[in-house]
Amino acid sequence: MLLIFEQCLNGLQLGLLLFLVAAGLTLVFGIMDMVNLAHGSLYMIGAYFAASFVAWTGSFVAGAAFALGATLLVGMLMEVVAIRPLYGRDHLDHVLGTFGLILFFNELVRMVWGPAGLRVPLPDWLNTAVPILPGLQYPTYRIAIIVTALAVALLLYVLVMRTRIGMLIRAGASNREMAGALGVNIKLLYTLVFGLGAALAGLAGLMQAPILTVQIGMGENILILAFVVIIIGGIGSIRGAFIAAIMVGLLDTIGRAFLPDLLRLVMTSRGAATVAPALSSMMIYLVMAVVLVVRPQGLFPVANK
Amino acid sequence: MIGWLTPRNVVVAALLVFLILIPIYTAATGNPFLLTLFTRIVILAMAATSLNLILGYGGMVSFGHAVYLGIGGYAIGILAHEGLSSGFIQWPIAIAASALFALGVGALSLRTRGLYFIMITLAFAQLVYYFGVGLDRYGADDGMQLYQRSQFVDAISLSNRTLFYYLCLALLVASIYLVWRIVNSRFGLVIQGSRSNDRRMQAIGFPTYRYRLVCFVIAGTMCGLAGALLANHTEFVSPAMMHWTRSGDLIVMVVLGGMASTFGPLIGAIALMVLEESLPALIKLAAAPIVGEAATRVAEYWQIVLGPLFLLVVLFARGGINGLLESLERRRG
Repeated sequence: MLLIFEQCLNGLQLGLLLFLVAAGLTLVFGIMDMVNLAHGSLYMIGAYFAASFVAWTGSFVAGAAFALGATLLVGMLMEVVAIRPLYGRDHLDHVLGTFGLILFFNELVRMVWGPAGLRVPLPDWLNTAVPILPGLQYPTYRIAIIVTALAVALLLYVLVMRTRIGMLIRAGASNREMAGALGVNIKLLYTLVFGLGAALAGLAGLMQAPILTVQIGMGENILILAFVVIIIGGIGSIRGAFIAAIMVGLLDTIGRAFLPDLLRLVMTSRGAATVAPALSSMMIYLVMAVVLVVRPQGLFPVANK
Repeated sequence: MIGWLTPRNVVVAALLVFLILIPIYTAATGNPFLLTLFTRIVILAMAATSLNLILGYGGMVSFGHAVYLGIGGYAIGILAHEGLSSGFIQWPIAIAASALFALGVGALSLRTRGLYFIMITLAFAQLVYYFGVGLDRYGADDGMQLYQRSQFVDAISLSNRTLFYYLCLALLVASIYLVWRIVNSRFGLVIQGSRSNDRRMQAIGFPTYRYRLVCFVIAGTMCGLAGALLANHTEFVSPAMMHWTRSGDLIVMVVLGGMASTFGPLIGAIALMVLEESLPALIKLAAAPIVGEAATRVAEYWQIVLGPLFLLVVLFARGGINGLLESLERRRG
């Protein structure tokens, strides 16, 4: 029972990180009608910046803050240089152009940081465990991730739904020309939105950095998971992305943890040991297929998209 | 001026002659490098040709096309591993497996459009990729070695590299011909009509979903055959064959060569692979006067040039190389 609870928390944590990545993707798609495959590269760059800045400042929090700012700048620079010419082109062009950007960023990271993976050490005050239930210790850092990501999700909601900037973003999404005609600086707005998406991806990357090894290509796996999330949630919908991300995170984690045992009930343990790893990594894709059959436009489709 | 002597036709003819002559060069010099490289190029060109059918002519941006390379390859690998090395059994199974998978994926993904389609094809490819990674019996992550190539009758041995190369080349030419016949048939016109305006095609009374599905299956099957060839060529199958970057490479080949053009995928496959092979040397050459000794180190990072190159092709050369050749033709009047 405790194990299930612990795995649910792990799943929630993965889901929230996925949400941070997927939110940027879905925001950029919903507003600029832009498919950005290089979004995963921003996640990777966030993690690498964290590794460097944490080592440089000697403080995890300060390093993370610098990394976040740096990723935001890289994102805005990327938008101005490479993404802006792609607006209004068809999706194939986006896919191809940003596929090129992935190669570029992977190689750039290899050049700057070298091919070996990096580790980001946790400060002592985060590297502890707290008892959250009688008999269950849970790492403080993972709780910090969950709390931070939830706070950011809330902040994002407030930003988009309750502020003037958010109103402009929504206006730009629903009618670009009209918003432009009313005096909104659409170019600047797009750069800001792209930077916001980049910062969210960078935040996810830098929070993962102490848990995983920081390595080249780390963004690509999460990018594809984020795609699955936004397909399930409905492309362009932040609310859909949130719910789908939590769903995928829970499903993936719990599947990996319990599928071998469940399969052992119906087949030999040797067979279960063979099938379970393959099946659990396929499971979210199967769920996506089911969602597509039932609701081709995702669970929370955005109207008139 | 003779009408058919256009820059594009000259380039295509020269390429074909070049492709035919490669084994002779290899036999003369005894250096198999070019033959090995071009066997691979020819096989990937066949995969790109199949992708061009759905992507170029059909407007179906499949971002998981390499999965059929994997399915075709694994069909050969698994059967060989289990002791069935007859090509008469292996190849039909490889083809049938890819066709069946394409039917399933197509049936689901063609219900959707645009970005959804791109991502769904990608996700299904990932599904199979992870399935391959999970196949402990067949090497999982690391893949597995093929102990022998597919066995046909004794007279035709695929282990003969020259013969195998010509077989691949013949199948490539056959695929290009087949795609050309398809797109110029009534069926192909429906597919292209549905790319331009699907709703209108439906209004005229064409069940476009079925047409597109059949087209999707043809492309998947053709690519599955290319996968069977690839497995025989490298004598090795691994999940990396169907990694999503491989699917991206196939799209690059199609766009670089020229979408919806008969020989575009072939030109694109040659251009991309030759570029990948020669870029390190080119960078070394260009960097040597500036940084001197360090040029060798700089050349290691050739992908930093390749990536932005894709972006430039997208931005400034939409028709790819084929389009450039054709505009050359128009300028000449």
